[in-house]
Amino acid sequence: MSNIIYNNFDMEVQPPRLAPDYTSTILRAPTKPLVLLKQSLSERTGPVFGDFNLGEFDHDLTKNARVNGEPLGERIVVHGKVTNENGQPIPNTLIELWQANSCGRYVHKVDQHDAPLDPNFLGTGRCMTDSEGYYKFYTIKPGAYPWGNHFNAWRPNHIHFSLFGANITNRLVTQMYFPGDPLLQYDPIFLAVPPKGRDLLISSFDLSITEPDFALGYRFDFVLRGHHATPFE
Amino acid sequence: MENSTAPTAATPRIGGLQTPSQTVGPYFAYGLAPEQYHYNFRSLTNNELVDPLQTVEAITIVGKVFDGQGNVIPDAMVELWDANNQLFGRFGTGTDVEKRFIFKALKPVSVNGDAPYLSLILFMRGQLIHSYTRIYFSDETALNANDEVLLAVPAERRHTLIAQKTGNYYTFNINMQGDNETVFFEI
Repeated sequence: MSNIIYNNFDMEVQPPRLAPDYTSTILRAPTKPLVLLKQSLSERTGPVFGDFNLGEFDHDLTKNARVNGEPLGERIVVHGKVTNENGQPIPNTLIELWQANSCGRYVHKVDQHDAPLDPNFLGTGRCMTDSEGYYKFYTIKPGAYPWGNHFNAWRPNHIHFSLFGANITNRLVTQMYFPGDPLLQYDPIFLAVPPKGRDLLISSFDLSITEPDFALGYRFDFVLRGHHATPFE
Repeated sequence: MENSTAPTAATPRIGGLQTPSQTVGPYFAYGLAPEQYHYNFRSLTNNELVDPLQTVEAITIVGKVFDGQGNVIPDAMVELWDANNQLFGRFGTGTDVEKRFIFKALKPVSVNGDAPYLSLILFMRGQLIHSYTRIYFSDETALNANDEVLLAVPAERRHTLIAQKTGNYYTFNINMQGDNETVFFEI
C-alpha cells in the first residue's frame, strides 16, 4: 500500500529565496527556515475556474485591446503543454499572462520607462488548457526595458505567466524568455535560477506553429510539481 | 540552400524537471487584478470569497505586508484558499490608502478537530518564489492550543499565524523578516 505525496519545490532548479544580486530580495526574502507542513485537504485542492466565461479574445493579445487599429510589433504565437513532473497532462487549468509591449513599456501606472504606450495593446490575457493540457496564445513579442536594480540594468524580453495546476502546491508564477537573448547573461532574476534550471525558462523557436505571412511560433512547456508514492507507515 | 524541408517542431518537454519560479514583479496588477486596479480587463477573481451583501456570516480579514525594515509593502499580491468551502480570492496591496489587503471570507470550521484556517499564498517583487502560510483565528483558543500544525511551529513564532479579532474584523499582518517574521510553510 502507498500514499500519494506531492513533491516539494526542487531546489536544484528553483531559485533561492535570497539572491542578493536581485536587490529587492534582500529585505523581502524570508530568513527563517520554512516549516514543513503535513499535507492535508487544503494542499490537495485548489481553485477551479471552469465556470468563468473567458472573453472571445482573452487568449489573443493582438485583438483583446484594440481601439483603432492593430498593435505594433512582431506578432508571435506561443504554445505548449502543461504537465507535471510525472508527465501527466494538466487539463482545464487556467493560464494567465502579462507582458510589456513591443517597445518595452508596461501599461501599469507605476512603469515610468520613457517608451511609448500602444493604444491598441494592453498586454494581458488568459486561457484554459484543453483536455490534453495544451494551450496557445497570440501576442506581440515584448521589448526589453530598463530597471533600477543596478547601473544600466535591462530585463531580457519576457512574458509573465501564472498557473494554478491541480492544487495549490502546483501554483506557479514564472517568466518565459526567448532563445538567444543577449541580456539573459546579465539578468539577476534569470541568473538566480540554478544553472540546471535555466534552460527550462527559455522558449524554443517553433517553425511548425509559425503561421505563414502572419506570426512566428514559439514553444514553451510548463512542468508543475508532481507526486510520488510512499509506503503507508 | 538545400531543398527546404517540412517545418520542424520544437521538442516538447513533457514531465521531468519543474519549471523554475520567477518573481511576479512590480507590474502584475493589470494582468492578475485588473478591475481592482481599474484597468480595462475583466477580473477572474477578487477579494470577496463570498458576497458580503448576501452573506450575513461573512468575516473581514485585513492586513499589511512588511519588509525587513518594517516598511509596508505596496506591491504584494495575496491569494486566499478556503479548501472546505472551495472559495478563492486574490487582492493586491496597491489600492488601499494604507496599502492593506482586505478580504471578505467565511470563517472556516474545524475539520477532524484541527483548528480552522485559511491557506494564504503570497507573491511580490523581490520574491523569486511565492510563499505559503496559513491564517488561524484568535477566537479559537482551545482548538489552536491542540492543533497539530500549530504545535509543530516553535512556540514563540506561533502568534504570527493567528489573526487577531478586533471589533468586527480580523487583523493578519505579514512580516517578511525580523523578530516577528511570519511562519512560512514548505508544502
